[in-house]
Amino acid sequence: MAELPKKPFAWQKWVLGVVMVVGLIISAQATGTNLPMFFQNFGQFTIIFQQMLSPDWSYTAYVVDPLIETIKMAILGTTIGSVLAFPYALLVARNIVTNRWVVGIFRFILNVIRTIPDLLLAAIFVAIVGIGPVAGVITLAIFTFGMVGKLFYEAVETIDEGPIEAIKAAGAGKLEIIRFAVIPQVSNYFVSYVLYAFEINVRASTVLGYLGAGGIGVFLQRALSQFRYDRVGLMVLVIFVVVLVIDYVSGKLREALI
Amino acid sequence: MQAKPVIKFDNVSKTYPNGAKGLKDINLEIMPGEFVVVVGLSGAGKSTLMRAVNRLHDITAGDIQIDGQSITQAKGKQLLEIRRNIGMIFQNFNLVKRATVLKNVLTGRVGYYPTWKMVFGLFSKGDKQRAYNALQQVELADKVYARADELSGGQQQRVSIARALTQEPKIILADEPVASLDPQTTKHVMDDLKRINQELGITVLINLHSVELAQTYGTRIIGIRDGEKVFDGPVASADEATISAIYSGGEEANG
Ligand SMILES: Nc1ncnc2c1ncn2[C@@H]1O[C@H](COP(=O)(O)OP(=O)(O)O)[C@@H](O)[C@H]1O
Ligand SMILES: [Mg+2]
Repeated sequence: MAELPKKPFAWQKWVLGVVMVVGLIISAQATGTNLPMFFQNFGQFTIIFQQMLSPDWSYTAYVVDPLIETIKMAILGTTIGSVLAFPYALLVARNIVTNRWVVGIFRFILNVIRTIPDLLLAAIFVAIVGIGPVAGVITLAIFTFGMVGKLFYEAVETIDEGPIEAIKAAGAGKLEIIRFAVIPQVSNYFVSYVLYAFEINVRASTVLGYLGAGGIGVFLQRALSQFRYDRVGLMVLVIFVVVLVIDYVSGKLREALI
Repeated sequence: MQAKPVIKFDNVSKTYPNGAKGLKDINLEIMPGEFVVVVGLSGAGKSTLMRAVNRLHDITAGDIQIDGQSITQAKGKQLLEIRRNIGMIFQNFNLVKRATVLKNVLTGRVGYYPTWKMVFGLFSKGDKQRAYNALQQVELADKVYARADELSGGQQQRVSIARALTQEPKIILADEPVASLDPQTTKHVMDDLKRINQELGITVLINLHSVELAQTYGTRIIGIRDGEKVFDGPVASADEATISAIYSGGEEANG
């Protein structure tokens, strides 16, 4: 019997590996990344960190309202984005809309929306609608739309086509097909993606506030510019706890859904 | 007065977009109340024939009439109304697995409502009762609120029969309804179909793999080979030689 032949030499992998390492070195140089400086300044980091470790508890009362505003922003942004994403995802699912042009064009638009960084969006909307939570809500809505839209249309495309055929045979039109054969198969996924987007949005909205888009981020930015690291420490702690609780609850809900 | 055929094929051909020949010049008349079994090798065109009847697939030549009305020419709402009169049962049951049995059975009624009512899922009390009655007919009344995927294969197939019944159709098409069931559940499902045919007078057009089943349940057998109708007659007239002629393509392929 013939012997097991040797595995062929995968030179492509080696070339790719070398290219990546060289690329990393070149880009580090081009962007002026300076490792020694990073470690020299490490001392300063420990000083800030020490101050943060003794939070200014008296400030707690002041951060409650902006924190609630942050969560409200996240809820509103998630809701608006998801409500828009739902029909849009059906529009770009190949098994629902068979017109290749419609699917192609609307999918392209969705992809373009998804490539815009949310910080850039926030900056733009702060400029347009002014400083405040409205800019944050719009930013989160657009981000949610892109994310939930993509995840959801991919879920729609994996459904069992059998029920569609069955209800079509019973004399159903397009909307009835979607209502009775498509949505029951994917509604749990949708809710799960919305919760996931909400988790991300709570975290993101704290950062967005930093750009003036409302919520606790505004206070965070203020404390940082005043070098009040004790207050920063408090807010980081509060945000940490809130995010943890929301992630936990939402995670449990999602587990139960799928 | 001569009864009118409930299904009529006039020179029907179907060529798939990729060039595959599904059906070749089929002429066929099925009378109300018949229990017609279509037999033939895998790939002969049996499923294509079924899907041509309710136009899940468009044919490429000829004309098909349901109860005297051309489904081939029907447009929009007209097509949906013709389909409403034709129930269909599939090999893989095609239920929404996450939904309850009742919801699945109720979807047989969608053709009777305006779209806006359906968007909100507003089925009438009468239709819910109708769905429940259908479940009683297939002896699954106790499963009405169970999730479809909690049921065994045979039970799921009987739910899909109940769904077709709820439609109150004139015709039931069944595309290999027992192919994925064991012998005992096969008997149960076939008995249900036979009873529906005899008690409710619903015309049944069914395709089956097994000649034995065809002879047990059918009143008439249609043999399909390579998209052509090669036999059409009462069960009694389908002897050994006829059957082997219907299945002869396979011997060549094997030999
Ligand atoms: N969607 C399709 N596209 C192209 N060819 C098809 C399609 N469906 C069936 N066919 C071809 O048509 C012929 C008949 O298929 P089918 O009706 O499924 O046979 P059966 O149900 O008797 O097994 C086969 O040659 C098959 O390959
Ligand atoms: Mg088939």
